[in-house]
Amino acid sequence: MNMELSRRQLLKGVSVGIAGTTLGALGFGDIEEAFASSIRPWKLANLTETRNTCTYCSVACGIIMYSKGDLKKGEKADIVHIEGDPDHPTNRGTLCPKGAGLLDMVHAKTRTLYPQVRKPGSDKFERISWDQALDRIARLMKDDRDKNFVAKNADGVTVNRWLTTGFLAASATTNETAWATYKVVRAAGMLAFDNQARV
Amino acid sequence: MANFEFVLPPAPTKDIKVGLGDGDLVKRSASTVSPPAKALTPVAKLIDVSKCIGCKACEVACLEWNDKRTPVGVNVGSYDFPPDLTPDMFTVMKFTEWVNPETKNLEWLIRKDGCMHCEDPGCLKACPAPGAIVQYSNGIVDFDHDKCIGCGYCVKGCPFNIPRISEVDHKAYKCTLCSDRVAVGQGPACAHACPTHAIVFGTKDEMKKHADDRIKDLKSRGFANAGLYDPPGVGGTHVMYVLHHADQPQIYANLPKDPRISPIVELWKGMTKYAGLAAMGAFAVIGLVHHVVTGANRVSPEDEANAEKLTGDRR
Amino acid sequence: MTNSWTDIKNTDLVVIMGGNAAEAHPCGFKWVTEAKANRGAKLIVVDPRFTRSASVADYYAPIRQGTDIAFLLGVINYCMANDKVQWDYVKAFTNAPYIVKEGFTYKDGLFTGYDEARRDYNRSTWDYELGDDGYVKSDLNHPRSVWSLLKQHVSVYTPEMVERICGTPKDKFLKVAQMISECSTPTKTMTSMYALGWTQHSKGSQNIRAMAMLQLILGNIGVRGGGMNALRGHSNIQGLTDLGLMSNLIPGYLTIPTEKETTFDQYMSTRGFKPLLPNQMSYWQNYKKFFVSFLKSIWGDAATAENGFAYDYLPKLDVPSYDVLRIFELMHEGKVNGYFCQGFNPLLSFPNRKKLTAALSKLKFLVIMDPLQTETARFWQNHGEYNDVNSASIQTEVIELPSTCFAEDEGSLTNSGRWLQWHWAGGTPPGEAKHDTWIMAQIFLRLKALYEKEGGAFAEPLVKLDWRYKDPGEPTPEELAKEMNGSAIADVPDPNDPTKLVLQKGKQLVSFAALRDDGTTACGCWIYSGCFNEAGNNMARRSTADPDGTGAYLNWSWSWPVNRRILYNRASADINGKPWDDSRKLLWWDGAKWTGYDVPDIAPTAKPGEVGPFIMNPEGSARLFTRGMMRDGPFPAHYEPFEAPIANVLAPKVRGNPVARVFKGDMEQFGDAKEFPYAATSYRLTEHFHFWTKHSQLNASMQPEFFVEISEQLAKEKNITNGGWVRVWSKRGSVKAKAVVTKRIQPLICDGKAVHVVGIPLHWGFMGETKKGFGPNSLTPYVGDANIETPEYKAFLVDIEPIASGPVA
Repeated sequence: MNMELSRRQLLKGVSVGIAGTTLGALGFGDIEEAFASSIRPWKLANLTETRNTCTYCSVACGIIMYSKGDLKKGEKADIVHIEGDPDHPTNRGTLCPKGAGLLDMVHAKTRTLYPQVRKPGSDKFERISWDQALDRIARLMKDDRDKNFVAKNADGVTVNRWLTTGFLAASATTNETAWATYKVVRAAGMLAFDNQARV
Repeated sequence: MANFEFVLPPAPTKDIKVGLGDGDLVKRSASTVSPPAKALTPVAKLIDVSKCIGCKACEVACLEWNDKRTPVGVNVGSYDFPPDLTPDMFTVMKFTEWVNPETKNLEWLIRKDGCMHCEDPGCLKACPAPGAIVQYSNGIVDFDHDKCIGCGYCVKGCPFNIPRISEVDHKAYKCTLCSDRVAVGQGPACAHACPTHAIVFGTKDEMKKHADDRIKDLKSRGFANAGLYDPPGVGGTHVMYVLHHADQPQIYANLPKDPRISPIVELWKGMTKYAGLAAMGAFAVIGLVHHVVTGANRVSPEDEANAEKLTGDRR
Repeated sequence: MTNSWTDIKNTDLVVIMGGNAAEAHPCGFKWVTEAKANRGAKLIVVDPRFTRSASVADYYAPIRQGTDIAFLLGVINYCMANDKVQWDYVKAFTNAPYIVKEGFTYKDGLFTGYDEARRDYNRSTWDYELGDDGYVKSDLNHPRSVWSLLKQHVSVYTPEMVERICGTPKDKFLKVAQMISECSTPTKTMTSMYALGWTQHSKGSQNIRAMAMLQLILGNIGVRGGGMNALRGHSNIQGLTDLGLMSNLIPGYLTIPTEKETTFDQYMSTRGFKPLLPNQMSYWQNYKKFFVSFLKSIWGDAATAENGFAYDYLPKLDVPSYDVLRIFELMHEGKVNGYFCQGFNPLLSFPNRKKLTAALSKLKFLVIMDPLQTETARFWQNHGEYNDVNSASIQTEVIELPSTCFAEDEGSLTNSGRWLQWHWAGGTPPGEAKHDTWIMAQIFLRLKALYEKEGGAFAEPLVKLDWRYKDPGEPTPEELAKEMNGSAIADVPDPNDPTKLVLQKGKQLVSFAALRDDGTTACGCWIYSGCFNEAGNNMARRSTADPDGTGAYLNWSWSWPVNRRILYNRASADINGKPWDDSRKLLWWDGAKWTGYDVPDIAPTAKPGEVGPFIMNPEGSARLFTRGMMRDGPFPAHYEPFEAPIANVLAPKVRGNPVARVFKGDMEQFGDAKEFPYAATSYRLTEHFHFWTKHSQLNASMQPEFFVEISEQLAKEKNITNGGWVRVWSKRGSVKAKAVVTKRIQPLICDGKAVHVVGIPLHWGFMGETKKGFGPNSLTPYVGDANIETPEYKAFLVDIEPIASGPVA
């Protein structure tokens, strides 16, 4: 029930027949001219739009992310604004305070940037390379699995389980990530497998 | 019975002109403007307090859209955070726990505070800096910070206590009704975000009609005094409220019952009608307004000096 | 959700109980305010606190946390006593008339078959009486019919008893019961919106069952504007559950074998799901097709008919599940060496933080994949009072891997209404952050390489895992989605016309209807089959068309199963296939087939009256009596939380849920009301999302600091000032917080005693932009729901006192 032009209507209104979604490509000539004499320029001109889904709760509001640079063209893309997708049947362009603040999640000062290791007894993280991190993880997994894998239980029944390492899966990763994760975790024989459904 | 149809209010496509410019001004502080050739349709933001859940999406969307941030403070024993408008916070939720004396039930009254965009804006009337405050023909009252001298008279002129002076750049700030978004046919960021559509935006006529429907619904639910807040004392406003208890606006965190521009500002406004006064120049104007509006000691000498310097530069 | 967010607009009455939709799901809650504004719908909120949902409710009733079953059975009792029942629905579509076995009883808070030593029941009497033909016997008026037993079971929950247990004043309870009971007509519907306020109890599953039973009695399941609507907490927790990322699950709600099921055939032998009524469709009879196709999807050519489709590759369970409570218990016992956390922060999320820290400290290694710097990744780091640990004494190796966030990755998320929505990446990942798919692939490939090089314990399932992606180092989202959808492995000729093919090798399956149990199809998750078929990526569809404004949006994204938007929608029409409510038609029988606005939840040509609408149940009807399916009873019964301010007035000897699992040592860590007099509960606030938004400056500034909420009366009693510091402690820990003194919390009178509620929101930790703080989980008890082990976060006991100043960082 947004009392405004939907995005689609807006695009149609200002530049008939242009199918792209990049506002800069729409030739906002007239509007930009109008802005020259207005107090506040519109900040979304010349940005790339990408459709995404809010990462928080399960309402799954549609969002539009505005970036400088276009990832699809292989450019570096810096997201500068996020707002609700007016076309989305559920949220109709609206967002809650969490969703409205998504931009600061993307650019949080406390994003993780590099693989790090904290060694036993240490009081700090140390930066390591991806290769170092991944090789180390594979080694730790294999050593533990080889040592503690249970092929048969006390009754001699084949059980093929590995109980000494566990995996907590996420709650905001994609289904595709979840499926890839499922395959790896089960193939390794893990049963200590859970997700965030309960909390 | 026909299949139930969900009714969406009409999108105000036809009447909202794309682009706001100098040609759309109807009022300009400390100046005279010639009326625009074609007036825009008046717009309004309607805040339905009865649908508001106090989620603060409007606050966050406002900060994000305007590229502002507000500091992380401390909890002082309420949900009112940030507790008041600041030069960066153009809107805040005011939470009131009110026990209805008739029903004995608790009502959590949550009002979104911010600029009301008065038809007769006290801030603009009080402003001595030419063009620092303008009103477009659609009713939006906007501040032009390049022209603001930070004198603070807009604060005194406002019957709702809205503008705030920045300690950083000594300029006055308030909600712009997202004039930049409206200029391209989009609603204000707060209305766009509002999860329950408690904030809606459109032409003032449409908003009044929508308010009527809401009031009818509220009356059917036992709120006999539900009504629209569009105070005539300031010529009506371009931000209106639907209140469940419209007979007592003051219970909503002191929303004024009958807001009016301070008589002193009205006096000053009257004075500008004399042609000679407008030509006196800002320097003299400052002194005069300073005197009549705030008395001698309200503005620090430093601010005053800065203000004089700024206006001096502009002359 | 049985229905969808957009369907809520069709309702007449919204009951928010066990949740706080306005606060936790504001944009979904919009459909409540729209139903109110456009349909004149009413909103009832029942909650210990006057919440943001309550602020816009037509009626609010207080309730003590952990007593929802007493309240709901009280409403059922009211409806049964006042003949507020949608009889045509109940008689035709539920198991109300079925006769229960002789010997089933309920007495002193316990059902037949309780074994105190095992904290478990022998459930053999919890079942129907079958006739000689093998079908269930039916007679509504029989003294042992489900209906008769239910009537007797709920009779104790009178309005007076509800007031005594729940603290809800009788007049308020009666008003709610009366408003709800009006929805027993075929033309009035009610929707139930609930969330963790119901699940996070030691009898959480039964809270939900109680409401589901009420909804069945009112005829509100399967209809527009009705349903049981679980508002899932996280953006893809529905997806992760659907995909079986849990100890005991296989994608699509199939189950991991137990060690008693030694062979494929033995496993399948208990999964026949023979119908309990003649002609009934029992959809789980297709189990074998789903299971074999899953095994083919994960082990490909290595899964053959000869080796039981690689059945031995699957790990076998020796306990019901290795859920997180069990795993952290084992970790605490020193029996776990390695742990992975993918986008999860258990140090703050799980109960009894002291125990968690001790458990994590016993790990050899901990791997964190997260876009944010979590507290769990830093459990070894001293943060003053906020994380008072001695780093030097903790020997855990911690590896933190930076992953991308939503804005930088592509793929689908499944929302609460089961819509799978595709999204696209729009931002460059910061630093060296990588997609989770890349990280999982890299770990797998390195582990596989080690096994190929060195050999080792049972390497086969790893080295033979089907991983045929274009770039094995980073499978694309499309490749993975296609795998979940499933494809034909071989050409399958049409048995009636050998010149035609039923399935063509390599083609995507149109839906799970095409699945086969002979190894000729592969499908990762049968309920997702159809999401990415030969028509393309259906999850990326974005049509806003909604014929007749039903709110179905069938061409927006794709929903499981087979794009159906309302589950059990066959029940939206009466036994003859005529919609209950012409103004809210969803599905109807047109004389030859089912047609309407949604994808029918029944075979399109199944004649009305011949096949019951609840096709996932062998009896075809919905269960008011749930047979032996739940550990703690075929009917819900009131049990107090393990930590409760009063004893169970119905069965004073029973503490908590009598079959909830309690580990050794945890029982001793439960407090009692003498020592800890106040009833605490934990919850979210609208300004924050879990432990994530404290990293977002915009959100941190909206709710900056940890606080607890108490009533004015308790504040006065304890001399606590609004905005002042308090200490709150349970038997398991202590926190310091600001006090918010509010009229929104009122003392409740339960069994003659004033019960004060202490509200503890959960969003703070020692990382991020907010002020450092504690969460409620330093205090919460280590016990879960008897059926699914969701921890009892919502009801526990604390004490509180004012203190002069806050914690030292």
